[in-house]
Amino acid sequence: MEVSDHGTGLQTAPKHQRHRFRFDLEKVTPYLAIAPFYLLFLVFGLFPILFSGYLALSKWDGIGQIQFTGWTNLQRLAQDTDFWLSLKNTVLIWALGTFPMLFLALVLAFMLSLKMFKHKETLKALLFLPNITSVVAITILFGLIFSNLDGLANGVLHLFGLRSINWLTSPNWVRVVIASVNVWQYTGYNMIIYLTGIARISKDYSEAAQMDGANNRQIFWKITVPQLKPIILFTVMMSTIGGLQVFSEAQVLVPSGATPQGGAMTIVYYLYNTAFTNHQFGYGSTIAWGLVALIVLFSAVNWYVTTKRIQGVN
Amino acid sequence: MTRIMHGSIRLLVGLAVLLSLFPFYWMLVMASKKNSEIYRTPPSLWVGDQLWHNIQAVIAQTSFFHALFNTLFIAVTSTLLVLFFDSLAGFAFAKLHFRGQAFLFAFLLGTMMIPGQLNIIPSFYLMDKLGWVGSYKALIIPGMANAFGIFWIKQYCTDSIPDSLLEAAKLDGCSTFRIYWSVALPIMRPALAFLALFSFMGSWNDYMWPLIILNDEAKYTLMLALTQLKGIYSVNYPLVITGTLLATLPLLVLFIFFSKQLISGITDGAVKE
Repeated sequence: MEVSDHGTGLQTAPKHQRHRFRFDLEKVTPYLAIAPFYLLFLVFGLFPILFSGYLALSKWDGIGQIQFTGWTNLQRLAQDTDFWLSLKNTVLIWALGTFPMLFLALVLAFMLSLKMFKHKETLKALLFLPNITSVVAITILFGLIFSNLDGLANGVLHLFGLRSINWLTSPNWVRVVIASVNVWQYTGYNMIIYLTGIARISKDYSEAAQMDGANNRQIFWKITVPQLKPIILFTVMMSTIGGLQVFSEAQVLVPSGATPQGGAMTIVYYLYNTAFTNHQFGYGSTIAWGLVALIVLFSAVNWYVTTKRIQGVN
Repeated sequence: MTRIMHGSIRLLVGLAVLLSLFPFYWMLVMASKKNSEIYRTPPSLWVGDQLWHNIQAVIAQTSFFHALFNTLFIAVTSTLLVLFFDSLAGFAFAKLHFRGQAFLFAFLLGTMMIPGQLNIIPSFYLMDKLGWVGSYKALIIPGMANAFGIFWIKQYCTDSIPDSLLEAAKLDGCSTFRIYWSVALPIMRPALAFLALFSFMGSWNDYMWPLIILNDEAKYTLMLALTQLKGIYSVNYPLVITGTLLATLPLLVLFIFFSKQLISGITDGAVKE
């Protein structure tokens, strides 16, 4: 029997004689196996990033020649009130949604981790369910619920004798509607992440605290929250990165005639309009780089604040 | 714990479940009404009797099935390609050893940090140059091997595939590819299930990139068809919502069968990182 080792084979395989003809093929097998990712990244990942750096300093209408214009676009970005208004909208939508959502998710995870619930898995699945729906579908639905005239939301207000609200045309309310889409879709998702974290906290802590007569509220604030610090940080980061890139909700809710003053124009929506509606692909790329700079900055600030605040509770 | 405490916790969790289910119910309510019934104050909270009628109207008046077929084609094709390329690369990183392995893997993880929005405009430029604007190639090919999936499969292989099994196959004279295909792949099934769900749903729900790439209505995906429906029939709520309901239904069915895999996959992915 001939035993052939192919040099690169399995990690613990002993080295024996090498078979001459299959040797080369087997040696390159691992590289062939991972090559598709790197090739695709080179073409569809790395090239676009480098190219967007060049585009960000250029003028291009999508059809004609690309003209290098240097710092002009950056100057324009700094003075572009529409960009800063879009940033304001994005940050407000993010803040309106993220903080209530993560707090709610944390409380729900804590409650579900108590021993009192029998059908925990079913409850988890039901609370997670909104996350599988498409943003487009759910935004269309929310758009009808919060319709200015005859949606469910205004119907409920009428029931209580209140005046109807122009949900979709008032800058403040349209931000609330977009944030509520996010809250509805991602509370269960974050809750499930927190639940895994809670399951990892040693039972000794909460049992000892209970012995000492601590109530649930004390256990939540003094044990659960501090122990979950790294996971809370993770969810804040993820929500920030996601929140700064909100597009579909805003675009589906206010598909045409959206203005930065109107409240629904987010940075990515502004980027999309600049490039694909107004055909300013160069300046669109400048906006993209501005967005990335903000994501990095926000993540750093978040990291700092979250670490500080949770330490303060401890 | 006091009884009041118990009761209020149950109440809160119950309320949260209700809020998370209500929009689905409301979709059904609106999809089962006549247009004239929608504009009633106070709004009626019960399911009507027009659902079948509305479904027929959506099918007759829009290219719903066409868009459904397009979406299925894109989602299934990309999912199969992702499964193949990601599992192959993940297996290689977990069970083969080769020069530069550690660096290449760190590089792969690093690519996950790159914000996607940077790519949109230059990718569109690239697609334009390749002649892929308006083509499904632009939706399928760039994402057919992705860092997250490779990372995911690698973790699973490292934890769950014993080296002894692979050595035995090797002694039997199997080539590396054969070992991957016949020995490792069947063991990876649970990890593949999650990856399949994840990429199928991602593809199904994708909106911005198809919106940029597809310019021919005949090629529209469900999500594009839905927003188009919303634009055209802006005053016919039942029709719009029936379309939305039909587009959501397949994912709900998928979730009923695979919620466990999906939920445990998402938590593993989040907590491991």
